[in-house]
Amino acid sequence: MMEADTLERLRRALAETKALEENARVPLGHDDADAGLKGGLFRGALHEIFAVPGHEGAACGFAAAAAFRLAGKKRVLWIQQEFAAAEFGRLSATGLLELGLDPAQLLLLRVGDGVEALRAASDALGCAALGAVVIEITGEPKAIDLVASRRLTLGAAEKGVAALLLRLHAGPQASTAETRWRIRAFSPPENENWGRPAYEAELLRNRHGNPGRWVMEWNGDDGVFQEAGAPDSRLVVSAPGDRPSAAALEKARCVA
Amino acid sequence: MSPDTPLVVAAKVDNALRLSAIDRKAARLGLEEGMPLANARAMLPALTVMQANEPADRQLLERIADWCDRFTPFVALHLPDTLLLDVTGVPHLFGGEKALTEQAVNGLTRQGFTVRAAIAGTIPAARALAWYGHGTIVPLGGEAAAMAPLPVEALDLDAAVVQAFHRAGLKTVGQVAGRGRAELTARFRKEMVFALDHALGRAEKPISARRPLPDYRAECRFPEPVATHDTILATLKSLAQRLASLLEENGQGMRRLEAAFFRADGAVRRIAVETGHPLRQAEVVERLFREKLDALDDPLDPGFGYDLIRLSVSRAERAASETAGFDADLNAEREIRFLVDRLAARFGSHRVLSFQPNDTHIPEAAWIDVPAQYARPSPLPWKPVREAGEAPRRPLRFFAAPERVDVLSVGADGVPLKFRWRRVVHAARHVEGPERIAMEWWRHQTAQPTRDYFRVEDENGRRFWLYRDGIRRETAEPRWFMQGVFA
Repeated sequence: MMEADTLERLRRALAETKALEENARVPLGHDDADAGLKGGLFRGALHEIFAVPGHEGAACGFAAAAAFRLAGKKRVLWIQQEFAAAEFGRLSATGLLELGLDPAQLLLLRVGDGVEALRAASDALGCAALGAVVIEITGEPKAIDLVASRRLTLGAAEKGVAALLLRLHAGPQASTAETRWRIRAFSPPENENWGRPAYEAELLRNRHGNPGRWVMEWNGDDGVFQEAGAPDSRLVVSAPGDRPSAAALEKARCVA
Repeated sequence: MSPDTPLVVAAKVDNALRLSAIDRKAARLGLEEGMPLANARAMLPALTVMQANEPADRQLLERIADWCDRFTPFVALHLPDTLLLDVTGVPHLFGGEKALTEQAVNGLTRQGFTVRAAIAGTIPAARALAWYGHGTIVPLGGEAAAMAPLPVEALDLDAAVVQAFHRAGLKTVGQVAGRGRAELTARFRKEMVFALDHALGRAEKPISARRPLPDYRAECRFPEPVATHDTILATLKSLAQRLASLLEENGQGMRRLEAAFFRADGAVRRIAVETGHPLRQAEVVERLFREKLDALDDPLDPGFGYDLIRLSVSRAERAASETAGFDADLNAEREIRFLVDRLAARFGSHRVLSFQPNDTHIPEAAWIDVPAQYARPSPLPWKPVREAGEAPRRPLRFFAAPERVDVLSVGADGVPLKFRWRRVVHAARHVEGPERIAMEWWRHQTAQPTRDYFRVEDENGRRFWLYRDGIRRETAEPRWFMQGVFA
């Protein structure tokens, strides 16, 4: 009798933990990628996003979309080095809005260097009211090492605030990240219309599964990643009068 | 500078160098303040002369005033060499007026200054007695009696007026005060009579403090100077606790706090923190100061320790009483505010930003970065430019200053086909545009060219936002710029 009781209790505890864990994984929306990630990105963990050189804009977009998905309704803190605005441009509210992300949800922190960025990140990760912290680091400062990544991992796990380390002009190095991505803008092989932003996302490291490589398109209307060229994505191609039609463009190219 | 020669300071007065200050040795040898420098040199060829430096003198006086802040926050400068302290209601903290005077004089003497001090009920009386009756403490209403024997120079009046008194045979303040008011007014105008009334306590003139007075303040004095970080923070916390209960009674919260650290050797350091919303929790105050002190470029240097720490609320604001909320949203909002305050204390409030919409169609001005501490919900809505289902029409990253682009090849309709940006040549595979945006001519003096914006995707799938500055009828040689990069 006693044993059955204990068993039942254990079973319930297990189910709860499982539910919690499932809840802690946030699906990206892209079916194959979510399957590879065993359900989605783990919220209380560190995720690294590297930009293929020249594709910083794309990596930034991927990071923003992922951060907002992870954050849900909560706020996102974006930590940026001061000079990044000159190098890669300032983060724009209208750009977020056009991606279907709410600019009012974002807090932007400008810091001097990597050390300050990490200091701010570990403080912010302790604030459970935040949904995600994006740490944008340019280059390979000494401060970003194995110890730093461990600290971010622990910080993210403590309160379940996702940590996204966005690395521009940098190569992967040893870390304790849950996932590591390499992002470039997707260039479709054939000529198509001007579609939604799409990324060639390479999952280089996946602590709970296999690496993978997918083309993901960001659907800002529904706030999900999806297969590139998913049925509805290119459906609405409006042709406002203020720009040349595809035919005119074709002609233009011939002239050139 | 030889230690044996007398030292004088010379300043230019009415186009002539005159002695503005002399040391004791020079005085013994017969020099006097105001004497022309040439005369002084003739009397004493071995004279060390220094140029007067008014700004430096003023700075020194300011520093002494800082030190005097420990006695009262009402400290005023009376240039060039006098400090006025309003000690109303203060002496009992120091063991009486006499003890207070002694502490001030001894403290400054230890720092190497020669000090004269007096306490009186009016500013001119205190000033005059400090100069002509060092150590005097005038009992309530005793100004006229205490001033009577002083020479008329003590009234700090125009030299011409003083001379006139002398000619009239009035040598002491008492003699002047004894004359009829009508007589004095007729002869010396009513300003002088007011000055006299003021000095003798017959008219009131308030002291104007050097710095604005805080709404609330609390302080802690230490018999043994304290120096450790933890003690300092613990002190700030207990002071904050005291202020918080005062504020609570008045339904207010703190928005700006200033901590003043008085070092035993006289140096004073002030450090302020600000909050985005009225605040009353001592722990939060402590945390903000911890962040701020950690991040100081020139850290707090306690030397041999602080003997006084004062915390003042320099800005208080109405605040509803804090209920320990069970409302999750409210708690989350509070936590975010605290985080913003912390980050602002550490990195500066201009670096913790949030976005607000701006009412313009100029793309780079369509939003503004505002310090998150001061941001309030905007009445303007966020309006996307794109239609539902469309790709973004505005880039995620904007260059602070649009960067020049060389367009190497242009198609019909002025569409860029090949361009060089940051030394790399990009071939356009898709181009969308133009989106024509007219500048706001009513905001500018000179005509601003219209911009034609193009969304351009290169052969690698990267998307850029370029514009041509000026349409064809405006300019023959249009220039191209990179405004931003799409995500």
